[in-house]
Amino acid sequence: MKKIIEAKNIKTVFDNRVIHNGLNLTINEGDIYGLLGPSGAGKTTLMREMVMLQHIHSGSMSVLGYKLDNISHKNAQKLRRKWGVLFQAGALFSSLTIAENIALPLEEYTDLSKEMIDEIIKFKIDLVGLKQTDANLFPSQISGGMKKKAGLARALAMDPKLLFLDEPTSGLDPVSARDFDALILELRSLLGLTIVMVSHDLQSIYDTMDRVAIIDNKVIAYEGSLKNIKSVKNDFIETFFGKFNEQ
Amino acid sequence: MINTTLQIIETKEKLTLKFKGKLTLYAISKHQQIIEKIALTNINSIEINIEEVLSIDTAVAIFLHQLSSKFQDKKIVTNLLVIDKDIKDTLELVKRDNIKVSSLPMVQKQSFVHNIGEYIHNHFLGFLLFMAFLGNVFITKIHYLKSIQNIRFKEIAFEINESGLKALGIVSLTSFLIGLVIAYQSAFQLKLYGANIFIVDMIGISILRELAPLITAIVIAGRSGSAFTAQIGAMKITEELDAMRTMGFEPYIFLVMPRIIALMITLPLLIFVSDIMGIFGGMLVANIDLNITVELFVERFHEVVDISHLFIGLLKGPFFAFLIASIAIYRGLMVKNDTQSIGFNTTKSVVESIFAVIVCDAIFSIVFTSLGI
Repeated sequence: MKKIIEAKNIKTVFDNRVIHNGLNLTINEGDIYGLLGPSGAGKTTLMREMVMLQHIHSGSMSVLGYKLDNISHKNAQKLRRKWGVLFQAGALFSSLTIAENIALPLEEYTDLSKEMIDEIIKFKIDLVGLKQTDANLFPSQISGGMKKKAGLARALAMDPKLLFLDEPTSGLDPVSARDFDALILELRSLLGLTIVMVSHDLQSIYDTMDRVAIIDNKVIAYEGSLKNIKSVKNDFIETFFGKFNEQ
Repeated sequence: MINTTLQIIETKEKLTLKFKGKLTLYAISKHQQIIEKIALTNINSIEINIEEVLSIDTAVAIFLHQLSSKFQDKKIVTNLLVIDKDIKDTLELVKRDNIKVSSLPMVQKQSFVHNIGEYIHNHFLGFLLFMAFLGNVFITKIHYLKSIQNIRFKEIAFEINESGLKALGIVSLTSFLIGLVIAYQSAFQLKLYGANIFIVDMIGISILRELAPLITAIVIAGRSGSAFTAQIGAMKITEELDAMRTMGFEPYIFLVMPRIIALMITLPLLIFVSDIMGIFGGMLVANIDLNITVELFVERFHEVVDISHLFIGLLKGPFFAFLIASIAIYRGLMVKNDTQSIGFNTTKSVVESIFAVIVCDAIFSIVFTSLGI
């Protein structure tokens, strides 16, 4: 199996506060990989480090074969076109409509015609389960769940092979959350995506994830599948997974 | 509010506090004051009777708990008479939690010297960050110069419309009024000496050289500067800036440079409009108050006001614009992840950019005077 992301000996420090120290993980191609852990363990921080939003104090991180510690500007720009990121609240550009948000990377990076781009937008809007009539609304006019779907459509605009999702189901009602999980699974099989996600939603974790990493106490407390997670001796795992019964 | 009553019965060595009615947090301080006034010198046992109280809330429970422990500290035997089960439960709840929460963690107090040091250090860091920001702006400028395709014409045009065309009205009106006021105030003085015609010299030079650039810059700092800070600050909070970065759209190229360039183009043009309106205001007063006809005004203007005054005024435009835009955007980028910080940084942005504009104007003034222009 091809390694998509590899983190070695990661150390992260925020104003004298050590977040990660000697953290290692590997994400393989085709995985839906979960970053889990108690609040403040640095799950989102780790994800931000993977997408070059956060400086790594020491250690090495490689994503899609690029080493992030001394990546050139040109390679960094290349790499950024190969992934899609969905932020917690969608982070849609508020001055643009949903359609314009999705169109933006296509307009900037490709020489596709206006008609072609319109077709692609229509397809992506369908893919994530939005209505075509929503395309011309502004982000302020739509609900939180729709924002997440629109954010996902934008993340998928360039057909990336790697997708980062930051708490995709938080703030959604249970029905929408399960729909979102189904959507993620469907996208993975349709597009052959590798998905890295941070989540607190137990149902979603069991429904979607192939492998998880539990970040606790600055390191990875467990990495692997969910099957034998309950046998691991760790306070967080015992309280978090202890009461959940898999169907 | 439902009435509660407190009945105090004092016999020899025993005190009875009898509460009645519905006891809630609204009634506590009233009862507290009464109870504190009671002299406890001869008393060795107290009975708190809440048998006839209909219900209590947790605040009252804490109050009663404190009251009895206070009396017990003074070696007075205290009895609490309760019948109702719900009230008993509430009292128990408070007692249990009181043990757990022994004391809130104290915020460590720092010494005066430590605070000064920290303050100066933070300001120094802020200065370094601003230098880093300017460095980034410079790098982006080079990127723009490399190829004409790198320049974001669409964004620049949008910003020119936003901060230029839409500001025409307010800039015109302010300048017109300033011209009017300056002329009106000096007309009175000039009339005394019969030096009416000198109003043209005064208005011409002061408006073209100093007032129009300053007034325009101040209006724009308040209008566009605050808008830049708030926009970019809000984008930071909603993670839009992060989203741009992950998509490979460097904010310096897409947001920062277009705004700086747009303002540097717009401000000289606005100053020109301001010149016209300010002089028009002055001319109006000269005409009405000093009987100087438009022809005479224009003729005198030609004779005494050198073209260099206009150019000096316009030249200040791009410099002021750069200061306003870069301070405003820098402040926007400094916004932290809370809403308060938007207000704080917007205020700072406007104050700092107006201050910077005035300092820059003073420097220009000295330079041009020593050059003899």
